[in-house]
Amino acid sequence: MFGKLLGALALAAATVASAQAQPVKVGVVTTLSGPAATLGQQLRDGFALGIEKLGGKLGGMPVDATVLDDELKPDVAVTKVRGLLESGKADIVVGPIFSNILQAIFKPVTESGAILISPNAGPSTYAGRACAKNFFVTSYQNDQPHAVSGQYAQDSGYKRLFLLAPNYQAGRDALAGVKSKFKGEIVGEEYVPLTQMDFQSEIAKIAAAKPDAVYAFMPGGLGIALVKQYRQAGLANIPFLSAFTVDESTLPAQGDAAIGFYSGASWAPNMDNAANKTFVAAFEAKYGYVPGSYAAYAYDTAMLLDAAVKKAGGVADKAKLAAAIETADFASTRGAFKFGVNHYPVQDFYLVQVVKRADGKYQTETRKKVFTADIDPYAAQCKMN
Amino acid sequence: MTLLVVQALNGVQLGLLLFLIAAGLTLVFGVMDFINLAHGVQYMLGAYLGVAFAGLTGSFWLGLLLASVVAGVTGIALERLVFRHLYGRSHLDQVLATFGVILTLNEAVRVLWGTAPLQMPMPDALSGSFQLMEGLRYPVYRVALIVAGLLVAVGLAWAVNCTRAGMLIRAGASNAAMVSALGVDIGRLFTLVFGIGAMLAGFAGVMAAPLVSVEPSMGDNLLILAFVVIVIGGVGAIRGAFVAALMVGLVDTLGRTMVTDAFKAALGASAAARVGPAVASMLIYLVMAAVLAIRPAGLFPAARDA
Repeated sequence: MFGKLLGALALAAATVASAQAQPVKVGVVTTLSGPAATLGQQLRDGFALGIEKLGGKLGGMPVDATVLDDELKPDVAVTKVRGLLESGKADIVVGPIFSNILQAIFKPVTESGAILISPNAGPSTYAGRACAKNFFVTSYQNDQPHAVSGQYAQDSGYKRLFLLAPNYQAGRDALAGVKSKFKGEIVGEEYVPLTQMDFQSEIAKIAAAKPDAVYAFMPGGLGIALVKQYRQAGLANIPFLSAFTVDESTLPAQGDAAIGFYSGASWAPNMDNAANKTFVAAFEAKYGYVPGSYAAYAYDTAMLLDAAVKKAGGVADKAKLAAAIETADFASTRGAFKFGVNHYPVQDFYLVQVVKRADGKYQTETRKKVFTADIDPYAAQCKMN
Repeated sequence: MTLLVVQALNGVQLGLLLFLIAAGLTLVFGVMDFINLAHGVQYMLGAYLGVAFAGLTGSFWLGLLLASVVAGVTGIALERLVFRHLYGRSHLDQVLATFGVILTLNEAVRVLWGTAPLQMPMPDALSGSFQLMEGLRYPVYRVALIVAGLLVAVGLAWAVNCTRAGMLIRAGASNAAMVSALGVDIGRLFTLVFGIGAMLAGFAGVMAAPLVSVEPSMGDNLLILAFVVIVIGGVGAIRGAFVAALMVGLVDTLGRTMVTDAFKAALGASAAARVGPAVASMLIYLVMAAVLAIRPAGLFPAARDA
């Protein structure tokens, strides 16, 4: 509650100064309650930091931002977003974290004529045939981070891979993504309940199977428990590949147990470009924690909007604004950035590895570029008109 | 074969953790006929208090001691302030009120410690591990968890069967009104039982903290398992809770190990990967249904004069 208020205040304070000019109205939809609130806070903080860096303006116009907590409930998200749209408070909607929320708010937002930009969720649904002119994704298509590990395992000559994921659709999609690139033998494929907290049973199976590497998609608390127990069981000599399992949102709780573990990503805090250095330093100074990709992509979204609003000369003409977003030139924390035909990014992907920094905090660092200018597998089906 | 032994050990360890939580729940349910959904939150509270006190004192053991005590005191305070007023009411009222306590405490933890999961380091003395099978080491800490669970079980069995308070608790479980009529201060007895239950849940929370993710609502899933345990074991019975907890732990762990493999032989790998996990997570509920069909009051129900 408290954090939500502060974030809203930070955004609102930036707007007060020039209240006379016609503001750009932005709705930020993110998850701020429940166990996933850590991710939603990163999105909100990253976007707020971007707006602050821009002097409270987008393309020189003042910003009127409203932060909504979707509570990770699709019905709640729809109700709140509809309220925002109907009261005329959104030219642009930024969010959300989770794909199921995006699927709930997609129609209401895009049909209202507003621009929808997802700085995290990138489901296949809107990457192919259902792509839309006023919908953009600044993160990745959901399959890509998983494919990174599959490709890396293939490139490294691993013969036997053990796969672990929660027993729900995203878990099955994740492992399908890995298997689309890895041609060796899958020696184990375990699906665990989303509520699991003890992985001893799976860990014993891994030890018995003796794979060349393990791939895990275990978001949030699942990953925290798995990583600790994997290390405690002495399995850390088996390479641990993953996505959304060891990142800046879980590392503070995993600590030393996660050092050396791998993940697939298109961004990491150590990326060597001026925009990223500015972002990471300013973020840590302001919020006191290491930003993850959730924050970085949200920050990128603010910078993207700044460039696009400037180019379009305002937000009144949405078609012009969408066209400006397509080709907007801004300094991304990922270095070069561009959209593909389906408005999902075409970008490089890296194998990243967990390290302990000199100041005792943990972060991921890029180790190897696995995909260059990667286009997601659905883009070809998109006929934007 | 070795794998099976290892998995059985894992099952026993999970079972003993469940027992620590279920023991308090079954006493409260049995003695006071009170449904306390907030029991899982007390487990979470224990974990958070453990992290906080271990951080303050720099010692896991002091953290464990202080957190258990404070969890017990919190339980007593909750009993005095909230639960006491609900004993005479219907189960639905109790469920609603204790659900309110869950929401309040989850939010309180979020305000105090933030939403980000916390880390609880293992005590140095127990941070080692030993070779269990090729390529797999078993943390000494998990052995300690097993030992702690067994000690608590023995201690509770002794306290319930051989002490005056234990006799009253047993008497209260079979006929609270009669115990009260015989001049025993049933209110104080209830407070005592509640304090012990909350303390055990808190103790379990601290013990589990180094293994799992310390985060709000971490107790919610365990609460469901704990209810399965007390239903199988028979409401109000420590012995029942012990046997049922081990049963649930073993069935769950061995089920996850073997069900998918069993389906693989029958259905092929890809179908097994779909059906197996679903059936494995249903197993304990199937066991519960089977037990209830044969013994509707559970395995070891407390003798109850209706």
